[in-house]
Amino acid sequence: MVGALTLRRPSALPGLGLSFGITLFWLSFIVLIPLSAVFAKSASGGWDAFVDAAFSARSIASYKVTFGAALLAAAINAVFGLLVAWVLVRYEFPFKRLVSALVDLPFALPTAVAGIALTALYADTGLIGRFLEPLGLPVAYKPAGIVVALTFIGLPFVVRTVEPVLAEVSREMEEAALTLGASRLQTFTRVILPTLFPALATGFTLAFARGAGEYGSVIFIAGNMPFRSEITPLLIITQLEEFDYAGAASIATVMLFVSFAMLLVLNLLQHWQQRRLGT
Amino acid sequence: MSGKTRLREPAGIKALLILAALAYITLMLLLPLGAVLVEALKKGFGVWLESVNEPDARSAIWLTIMVAAIAVPLNTVFGVAASWFISKYDFRGKPLLITLIELPFSVSPVVSGLVFVLLFGAQGWFGEWLIDRDIEIIFAVPGLVLATVFVTFPFVARQLIPLMTMQGRANEEAALTLGASGWQTFWHVTLPNIRFALLYGVLLCNARAMGEFGAVSVVSGHIRGETNTMPLHVEVLYNEYNFVAAFAVASLLVVLALITLALKSALEWRHRDELAARF
Amino acid sequence: MSIRVENIAKTFSAYPALDHVSLEIEDGEFVALLGPSGSGKTTLLRVIAGLEDPEEGRVLFGDRDVTHTAAASRGIGFVFQHYALFGHMTVAQNIAFGLNVMKRSERPSKADIRTRIGELLELVQLPGLEARFPSELSGGQRQRVALARALARKPKILLLDEPFGALDAKVRRELRGALRAIHNDLGLTSIFVTHDHEEAFTLADRVAVLNRGKIEQFASPHEVENKPATDFVRGFLD
Repeated sequence: MVGALTLRRPSALPGLGLSFGITLFWLSFIVLIPLSAVFAKSASGGWDAFVDAAFSARSIASYKVTFGAALLAAAINAVFGLLVAWVLVRYEFPFKRLVSALVDLPFALPTAVAGIALTALYADTGLIGRFLEPLGLPVAYKPAGIVVALTFIGLPFVVRTVEPVLAEVSREMEEAALTLGASRLQTFTRVILPTLFPALATGFTLAFARGAGEYGSVIFIAGNMPFRSEITPLLIITQLEEFDYAGAASIATVMLFVSFAMLLVLNLLQHWQQRRLGT
Repeated sequence: MSGKTRLREPAGIKALLILAALAYITLMLLLPLGAVLVEALKKGFGVWLESVNEPDARSAIWLTIMVAAIAVPLNTVFGVAASWFISKYDFRGKPLLITLIELPFSVSPVVSGLVFVLLFGAQGWFGEWLIDRDIEIIFAVPGLVLATVFVTFPFVARQLIPLMTMQGRANEEAALTLGASGWQTFWHVTLPNIRFALLYGVLLCNARAMGEFGAVSVVSGHIRGETNTMPLHVEVLYNEYNFVAAFAVASLLVVLALITLALKSALEWRHRDELAARF
Repeated sequence: MSIRVENIAKTFSAYPALDHVSLEIEDGEFVALLGPSGSGKTTLLRVIAGLEDPEEGRVLFGDRDVTHTAAASRGIGFVFQHYALFGHMTVAQNIAFGLNVMKRSERPSKADIRTRIGELLELVQLPGLEARFPSELSGGQRQRVALARALARKPKILLLDEPFGALDAKVRRELRGALRAIHNDLGLTSIFVTHDHEEAFTLADRVAVLNRGKIEQFASPHEVENKPATDFVRGFLD
């Protein structure tokens, strides 16, 4: 990595050695070495052991639960996040600043607190649960609860990625559409929405990535039953408690690959966005 | 009529959208907040006070503060060093470095904890070495600190890098030509330009450090009174069906979250020019 | 299509953007609205376009009172200063936009639309660029596409808001000539806003000089130049 970091031209500013040293050391010590331990451990039993652990029936079931719920939650957030972003950017109304500040609550609130709060709300004695239960829509201790928790967790992502892009959509473009005969709805679907698409996709991906790894807010409201409502992070912990380190590491490796894939997707989306808005 | 009306939706639609957005926010954010406070005070203020004053709860509070007090300054120093390095010098591989720094964001908290178990746990890379020297990391406080440092690693760097990149080198170079030393330049020129972004980053770093659950859950061992931070203590109480006490401790975390949101909002509102990117 | 503006008044917060302005433009004329920033020239154009609503007064196209008609239904073409091209659409899709959003019953067939796009690109001298994206075009090219787009629905009236403001001198001159030629060929009535009096005098049949929401003079370039009606006009041309 040092080879890749060759200076383009000498700089007069002091502190190069010190800042480089701190950066490299802390990065390696805290991030790179620990992460490599995961890969090393998952490989320690050989390829077959890795596959057995990472792709066992139970593991695959947990991937379905985790990624499935994360996808659904991200989709819900895409729709409602767009709504909230629209209302915050375009309209004035009382308490708007309060609402805007509140959107970041899932960032600021510890996940365990979110977990027990949501469980309290959606259990059949809870404020919302007591309406849903008789309707045959139980949420707590069911996979649906996972989706609710992940929707909470991912809520700010879409809102915060869409807001600045929406604010930048030029009035001229909307007025141009108007002078060309488009109705307000047509302007929204044909001009504004396509312009927002990269930002929406980015927000969706961020929400998905966050939801896939989420633990604290989910384990209270999910039933945590293997094969039914067991999320992958919980499975990792279960393996750890049974001292199956290699197994846990193998599953973690799968999760890390998904994380890196998401990072790649996000980078590509950034490029797409630059190109599209670079008019 | 002010003429901007041509670009607006009909008043009815606008009201509908605002109400829908507010309803969503209330459902997803306000109700969970309310649930914590309601459950915490269910048996009255006296019981609340007792739960919070209970010795194990107090050690949890103390531990949370201590872990944050170590992790946040460390990551702040790192963040400043890395941002200085990235923004004041030219070298190839900047995007790679930035991606590496942001890795902990895309890793599941449970995996973050796992990596340290794999390194320092009894069966870990350094396991034997540590046991021989009677040093405890996993299932002890150092483990908590390490896991917290990992997950909060990028927060400060993330805030500073885009801002300092945008600010460039000009001011620092001017200071140098006027005879200032490296440290003087940093202290009197750079720091004042980044102080609000720095504060913002520290604020977010702290919120996450105090609220982290998944990562510390893996490394903690859940030893009451010793290795339980507040979020972990909430879980312990909840699993013992001691709901009121769990929510009581949780309510403290809610207060912390609300303070974080308020400070965050204030910083964003008054200093938005000095806070480049948000994500 | 003749245009008549009667007694238009519009205020923004405290100050009067248009102070009881009246103007009569004949069918086929090319009129320039000239003035410094804040004079109200852009506001007047936008009122004529239907992008702003006046507090008092009327706008008539021919015999038709369009004061309360939506911009979409006035039958105008509008070219914006910064082109306002839709970045996510190709040149062809941009130009076809006004046709694609028409009601099904009125919409031309796909084949007709394609032909029309081709014709318009020929008209603005950009043949063959259908599949490009705005981000791939130069400033001058983008403005030509914006012009083609505005003309797609065969408007009788063309309105331009400082259309060449963002372009360099050479491109400006080329586009000026092209614009006047198109105006003549298609028999449009055109109004364009500018703060550049050389441009106004070169292009327009008549020039309206505005100052602080009022029209100081409305006459041919020759007359404005040689017989300025007020001190302001005299001063502005120096």
